[in-house]
Amino acid sequence: MTDPAQPVLRMTGVGKTFGLTRVLRDVDLTVRRGEVHGLLGQNGSGKSTLIKVLAGFHTPDEGTVELDGTPVELPLSAADRRDHRLRFVHQDLALLPSLTVLENLMADDVATGSGIRPRRKRAELARATALFERFGISLRADTLVRDISRLERAKLAIARAVSHLDAEDSGVRGLLVLDEPTAFLPHAEVAELIALMRTVAAQGAGVLFVSHDLDEVLTVTDRVSVLRDGELVGSEDTASLAREGLVRMIVGRPVSTLSAGSAPVPAVRERPRLQVTALRGRAVEHLDLSVQPGEVVGVTGVIGSGFDEVNQLLFGALQATSGSVAVDGLELEARRLSPSKAIRAGIAYLPSDRAVEGSAPALTVGENVALLSLRQGGGPFALTGRKLERHAGKLLRDLDVRPPQPALAYASLSGGNQQKAMLAKWLVTGPKVLLLSEPTQGVDVGAREQIFNLVAEAARQGCAVVCSSSDLDQLAQLCNRVLLMRRGVVSDEVHGRAVTKAGLTDMLFADADADAVTRPHRAASDA
Amino acid sequence: MAVAPTLPRPRRWTSRIEAGALPVAWLVIFVVFAVLLPDTFLSTASIANILGSQAVPLVLTLSLVLPLVCGDYDMSVASVATLTAMVIGILNVNHGWSIGAAIVAGLVVALVAGLVNGAVIVFFGVDSLIVTLGTGTVIQGLVLWISNSTTISGISSSLVDLVIGYKLLSVPAAFYYGLVLCLVLWYLLQHTALGMRMLFVGRGRDVARLSGIRVGRVRMGALVGSAGLAGVAGTLYAGTTGSADPSSGTSFLLPAFAAVFLGATTVIPGRFNAWGAFIAVYFLATGITGLQLLGAESFVQQLFYGGALVIAVSLAQLARRREARSGGTAS
Repeated sequence: MTDPAQPVLRMTGVGKTFGLTRVLRDVDLTVRRGEVHGLLGQNGSGKSTLIKVLAGFHTPDEGTVELDGTPVELPLSAADRRDHRLRFVHQDLALLPSLTVLENLMADDVATGSGIRPRRKRAELARATALFERFGISLRADTLVRDISRLERAKLAIARAVSHLDAEDSGVRGLLVLDEPTAFLPHAEVAELIALMRTVAAQGAGVLFVSHDLDEVLTVTDRVSVLRDGELVGSEDTASLAREGLVRMIVGRPVSTLSAGSAPVPAVRERPRLQVTALRGRAVEHLDLSVQPGEVVGVTGVIGSGFDEVNQLLFGALQATSGSVAVDGLELEARRLSPSKAIRAGIAYLPSDRAVEGSAPALTVGENVALLSLRQGGGPFALTGRKLERHAGKLLRDLDVRPPQPALAYASLSGGNQQKAMLAKWLVTGPKVLLLSEPTQGVDVGAREQIFNLVAEAARQGCAVVCSSSDLDQLAQLCNRVLLMRRGVVSDEVHGRAVTKAGLTDMLFADADADAVTRPHRAASDA
Repeated sequence: MAVAPTLPRPRRWTSRIEAGALPVAWLVIFVVFAVLLPDTFLSTASIANILGSQAVPLVLTLSLVLPLVCGDYDMSVASVATLTAMVIGILNVNHGWSIGAAIVAGLVVALVAGLVNGAVIVFFGVDSLIVTLGTGTVIQGLVLWISNSTTISGISSSLVDLVIGYKLLSVPAAFYYGLVLCLVLWYLLQHTALGMRMLFVGRGRDVARLSGIRVGRVRMGALVGSAGLAGVAGTLYAGTTGSADPSSGTSFLLPAFAAVFLGATTVIPGRFNAWGAFIAVYFLATGITGLQLLGAESFVQQLFYGGALVIAVSLAQLARRREARSGGTAS
């Protein structure tokens, strides 16, 4: 079944359309035996759809997939993936923290195992030890996964995947797909994972490595394929590529200049509305941030950089380990922040997960919108019944939520209207600081503009706005300046007229090296 | 400002039918039994008896509403009620305390039980179903211990008078106590900010937390309130029988659950509510009384309560699935 001459994976002419959006168009991708193959592309380039096609999650509209030279039926079945030794390690690693290393290693065999026949524990242990030895992993099989480090977990997940690629001749066959496994690792530890990837490839498997990190990709891969707007820009030998060339492939030129330019930075006042000092917690290592009234500051970065946790730390939704947050000079210890304290200090927070953190979908629109302003009814009777509906109805009409009917179930609103309703809920409290996380995720174009206008209006009235997002278009339209986070710290910043999609893209793909970083957007500000 | 025509409109008429189904069913079985048994069922004494005798189940059902609205189970309410009755009995009969002091002591004991439930559930983050199943059993054991497994009778007649002695329109006072508690609970849940916060705590704990609601405090309060109401139920029980029976409580738990879930299908369908609980308790009591007067044996109680619980929970699940479907437009 396995012919060494055949590539482990050959995708030909793969296309996929969701509704009216063409996410993949005529993509050819080949991964050879023994190579580490990088897959790069911006958010929305079709990268994750391509991986999901391989995982059997999506059926492409056209195109063929060959594994080991054998055409396979689409969508890819679990049996085909097993027979052709196709294995995935996703970013979340899919390990069970409360089980031991050995049990996690055996997890995939549980489904296909021998039923009621007793397990051969000694043989399992021997297999695990041999596997760890081969890849230079020093882990005790009886340790609980929750007690091992992130790096060790990543290694374990990779070793588990590789254990299913074993071939008879003690080599390795098949394809290992690594979907951003390094995202949550500190820089120093990535090297070890890279070494592990090289070992796997050296033993005969193909490795498809998906990453946001250009430097990692340049270090580890033999060849690189780049997707842009659903099309394969090219597959090149890594050795022949310079960093700039790769960036050009990813971003493409001319870069979209969708943004009409942002509002000018308000004049710096004596005291900022929001002052964050040495904030630390979760993936955020250190953050100093000062936001003036009327200023909209964007925070972006790749997965695992901590940009998406900044707002949650500022609001007390996640526990910070140290640092302080001051609103209008009123200083709060970040470690002791809770949502209720943050709200009392005048902070509002729109979470990115509307359905779970933002709303109770089965309750009515009115109830969801009025939750923070129940006291405005006055007297012992809170805002309930008709009064609540009138109050909420007014809020909904003010923000043009359609239909403005408070008695509807919240879940029956469209994404855009749900988000407008959430804005209504928070804006009625007259916040001094507005924290937004991916504010237009799952929101249609029209509502998107309206949400931008509402945020701009809130800023005009003196709100300090912090918007964390991975959507560069959105940041370009909304923000006065944008911070880039990299491995837990702010590594770069663009402001003023450089806040365009092009400027942000340059920043995102700029070198980690601090000197080189500032160059591209300086140029943009001069323009 | 045009309303997009494709969006689902509130289903006014279907939800009205849903809200009114149980009251109508209650009326129907009442009329059926009245026609079948014009002499026994349709008598003032019989109706007064149904209304009066259900005060204890009603208050116990109401005690379940509080934690259930907040998304927590309290399986210990029946045991707490028994414990309160037993404390009142022992202090009043064996130790000669005045009945007022004994009632206060009994209610304090109930609140302490609620605090223990709340502390374990909220601070240790343990599943409420399991915790209260455990504490309920512990309390049941305590009751048997302090009472030597014997019924204590001879509780002060002033309590008995207060509960069933005084009558209005020949219905015992106990019924009106239940009615007042229903009113209080309805006001709390429907007309106060606290009631709305409880609803959000039950329906979206993350939302509640991120909206600044102190979720732990609200859950704690609901569990203490639940135990307090269970204590009231225990007091009413002591007053109804003039005695404290160590094994009486367990038989009250399932009917209370059946009623509270059945009640959540009516008045405000899909939500635990006070008047729904009221209607459900009396619907079940009417059905059982009628069947027993028709000559059914006592096992009909189990059939009726058990069946009602399963049907009510299934209806609630169906409603939720429909809600999820109609909410499918959300992206």
